[in-house]
Amino acid sequence: MTFEEIKKILKTKTVGIAGCGGLGSNCAAALARVGIGRLILADFDLVQEGNLNRQFYFYDQIGMLKVSALKQNLFRINPEVRVNTFDIRLCQSDIIEIFSKCDVIVEAFDKAEMKYMILDAVHNHLPDKHLVMGVGMAGWGDNNLIRSRQSDKLIICGDEVNAIADENPPLAPRVGIVAHMQANAVLEILLGVNEHQIHS
Amino acid sequence: MKIILNNKEEELAGDTLTISELLKVKNFTFKMLVIKVNKQLIRKNEYDSVLIHDGDDVMVLHLISGG
Repeated sequence: MTFEEIKKILKTKTVGIAGCGGLGSNCAAALARVGIGRLILADFDLVQEGNLNRQFYFYDQIGMLKVSALKQNLFRINPEVRVNTFDIRLCQSDIIEIFSKCDVIVEAFDKAEMKYMILDAVHNHLPDKHLVMGVGMAGWGDNNLIRSRQSDKLIICGDEVNAIADENPPLAPRVGIVAHMQANAVLEILLGVNEHQIHS
Repeated sequence: MKIILNNKEEELAGDTLTISELLKVKNFTFKMLVIKVNKQLIRKNEYDSVLIHDGDDVMVLHLISGG
């Protein structure tokens, strides 16, 4: 497919992003760049200085709602992308309501409990939706530990072992790799497997 | 019995095993686990009652914080 053909398909698609931290903000940026039609963003938090080591925000956006700052940044990349924002702490009923019209849902929370909550909600109430999760991305190095696997409509991206801790903080490179892996998995769901790619 | 555990073939003693027994045998001691057996999500309160049989496809995912 040419990029024009790709854009024509993606223009009709909606992706939900649950959480706009390191995973969500970078995944949304990648999807806006390739021409996704609509993004539904949810996050209750404000941009803080400590986020700038990995999240797609700028120094002059500190103090803004993440969803508002991200919407601004996405429009600067692609003014045609439609963006719906929800500045709420998502619960199961919110997830079911705001993501029910999405073609794919991206899980981009930080807390393991929230990751479980969305998996449970999507599995039980939106069983026809693909859910792309990010699990394990703290620290640096060990590129080859980062991978993805699929079980039915659930896709897991990440190393599945490196939880964040004071001595193992999340940093731009590994968080960005997983965020882009999630965006890449979304494209494979929306466009199908790329037949022109070389699979070794 | 032979099962598929996290996409790999695994040989286990006995004909059946509860989820709790499997977690013990494989030394999965994490708190925040997601378990799927043949694509079905298994809840924590079912770990002692749901049985794994020969040929089952089992996914064990350890949810960890970061994102």
